[in-house]
Amino acid sequence: MTDLLQDLLAGIAADKLKVIDLTHTLGPSFPQLSLPPEMGQALPYRSEEISRYDGRGPAWYWNNFTLCEHTGTHFDAPIHWVSGRELPNNSVDTIPPEHMIAPACVIDCTEDAERDADFLLTRERLEEWEAEHGRIPAGAWVLMHTGWARRVNDPVAFQNFDEIGQHTPGPDVDCVRFLVDKRDVLGFGTETIGTDSGQAQRLNPPYPCHYYMHGAGKYGLQCLNNLDRLPPTGAVLFTAPLKLEEGSGSPLRVLALTPAPA
Amino acid sequence: MRARPRLKNPILRTRQPLTPPMPRSRTALGLTAQAAEGRFALQRCESCGRVQYPPVDSCRGCLSEELLWTPMSGRGELLAHTTLHHSNDPFYRERLPWRLGLTRLEEGPVVVAHLHRDCPPPPAAVRVTAKLDKAGRGVLVALPADELGDMSTDPRHGEFSCDPEHRKVLVTDGKSRVGQALVRELAAAGASVIWVGQAEPWKKYEGQDAVEKLPQVTVVPLDLTDERGVKRIGAEIGGRVDILINNAEVHRTQGIADSGGAELARREMEVNYLGLLRLAQAFGPAMRARGADGGASATAWVNVLSVYALSNYPPQGTYSASKAAALSLSQCLRAEMQDAGIRVVNVFPGPIDEEWNQPLPPPKLAPERLARDIVRGLRDGVEDLFPGDVAREWLGRWKDNPKVLERELALESRTA
Repeated sequence: MTDLLQDLLAGIAADKLKVIDLTHTLGPSFPQLSLPPEMGQALPYRSEEISRYDGRGPAWYWNNFTLCEHTGTHFDAPIHWVSGRELPNNSVDTIPPEHMIAPACVIDCTEDAERDADFLLTRERLEEWEAEHGRIPAGAWVLMHTGWARRVNDPVAFQNFDEIGQHTPGPDVDCVRFLVDKRDVLGFGTETIGTDSGQAQRLNPPYPCHYYMHGAGKYGLQCLNNLDRLPPTGAVLFTAPLKLEEGSGSPLRVLALTPAPA
Repeated sequence: MRARPRLKNPILRTRQPLTPPMPRSRTALGLTAQAAEGRFALQRCESCGRVQYPPVDSCRGCLSEELLWTPMSGRGELLAHTTLHHSNDPFYRERLPWRLGLTRLEEGPVVVAHLHRDCPPPPAAVRVTAKLDKAGRGVLVALPADELGDMSTDPRHGEFSCDPEHRKVLVTDGKSRVGQALVRELAAAGASVIWVGQAEPWKKYEGQDAVEKLPQVTVVPLDLTDERGVKRIGAEIGGRVDILINNAEVHRTQGIADSGGAELARREMEVNYLGLLRLAQAFGPAMRARGADGGASATAWVNVLSVYALSNYPPQGTYSASKAAALSLSQCLRAEMQDAGIRVVNVFPGPIDEEWNQPLPPPKLAPERLARDIVRGLRDGVEDLFPGDVAREWLGRWKDNPKVLERELALESRTA
């Protein structure tokens, strides 16, 4: 068995396997999830200096930071949604560690999202993808690649609000049900702030990706970066959330291993 | 209208701020307390009616200790005047020649007052006002009787005022209705540069675009919960800000029982209290260094608090607490800014006509009215501002008996 790990390390050392960072840098201006102001709000990332080689701590530099479980590139656990509240092992501290290493299928929706910020991924599109790349395996991540990560340095464009709310792409109801019921995926990942589209509160049920995925014990990944560097199939994701007691989610470093292009 | 200040020579040393001599007796500080709210008042004896000057502990006529601070008309006759050409005090040495005079008030006493340049020689009718000087002490200033409160025509007296004309102003939240009204009012008052802070730029508000199009306006990203961001903006513009108006706030309407945990209250404290602290650390030092920087020196720091800072209004209980914390901190800031001659102005509006007060019945303070009062308060050089009828009525009740007000507010909130 150790040969397998040695092969893996040798593959990385020889550049046959690439390690890709799918995480955004988390700073104070990283836009956070925004709900109607009368509701409870997700805290953005904030950092306050404890000391910086000064009177407060002469030889060391460190900060205290605060943020929501759902700020920055982050993981959603089933307990996050009401539909997943009764499931076993539904919080970030109890999900099985085996789930933290899994293959990824990447659906390229960049042209659609460029044409239409409200683009909804459909079951038909998934079936077309499968016709080309093969069946989505059970236990795989499905990642919706929209190119949204390119907007990250422009928080206004990243959030994309107008007077009726947010306009960001996501899956439609059938798409989510197909992935949950017919493909038994591990979870759904996006480049936007939510796994659901910006207008998903107007779908039925509202926020279908949260509702069905978490109701079936599936996970979510949001604010992913560098999806353009992943192949449609063949990448493996490392997604270990912080072990927060009863945590509904967690910021995390998402890494992908991919075969180097031949 | 003030003349535009001359541009300064940047290779000459910036003058250090000086203040006039500070010590005053506890009794004499009564004059300061009145002037802080823009009032000229002296003690009147409850027994014999004699008006006292200077302030005393017992009546000069009948030795009664029943002395009540009473507003004066300000009308008086200038009896004598003199012009100082020498002083041993560094503050006045820089400002010579300095005019002083004796004025008999129509209420009786003869008072010593700084004389405005345009006061005619005695005998002449003058109008006496109480102002805060650079050290924040109450002093009397005699103006020509026919002039309507305009200090700006005597350059020496400009220091009693914090006029925004030709000044560079930061408004920490330009998105709220109050922020927008402030920006418009400051532009109309002749502010030369208005930096407008914006948090969460992806959230747009009605009217925001019109404000941003004003030629004086520059939008800066500013979120008072973000220490690094506040420091960065402080570093970028802190050395140029003459007047800082901190109107950023989180306003929610709940007491303890209905707030469901500390999260909302924490957000109020993060902006309303800690936000002020972060701003003061990021902007205070640079502003203090420019307290005497020529004709356009740093001059004022305005905190938009709430009348609920005086006494808790239980339906908005956590908000009241955050404003009380901010009030306490602003007193610390005032003490620290005092030596630089920078006035810290606290504004205590009653309920403002904005979205979080939507369910409240009138009277509510219009943001435009609040902005107007703030700009007028800066011109008049006051330190504590209670704009609108509700705020003044609360202040009256609070001064009369804070414990009674506490009980009244508890009762009002049961019927609210």
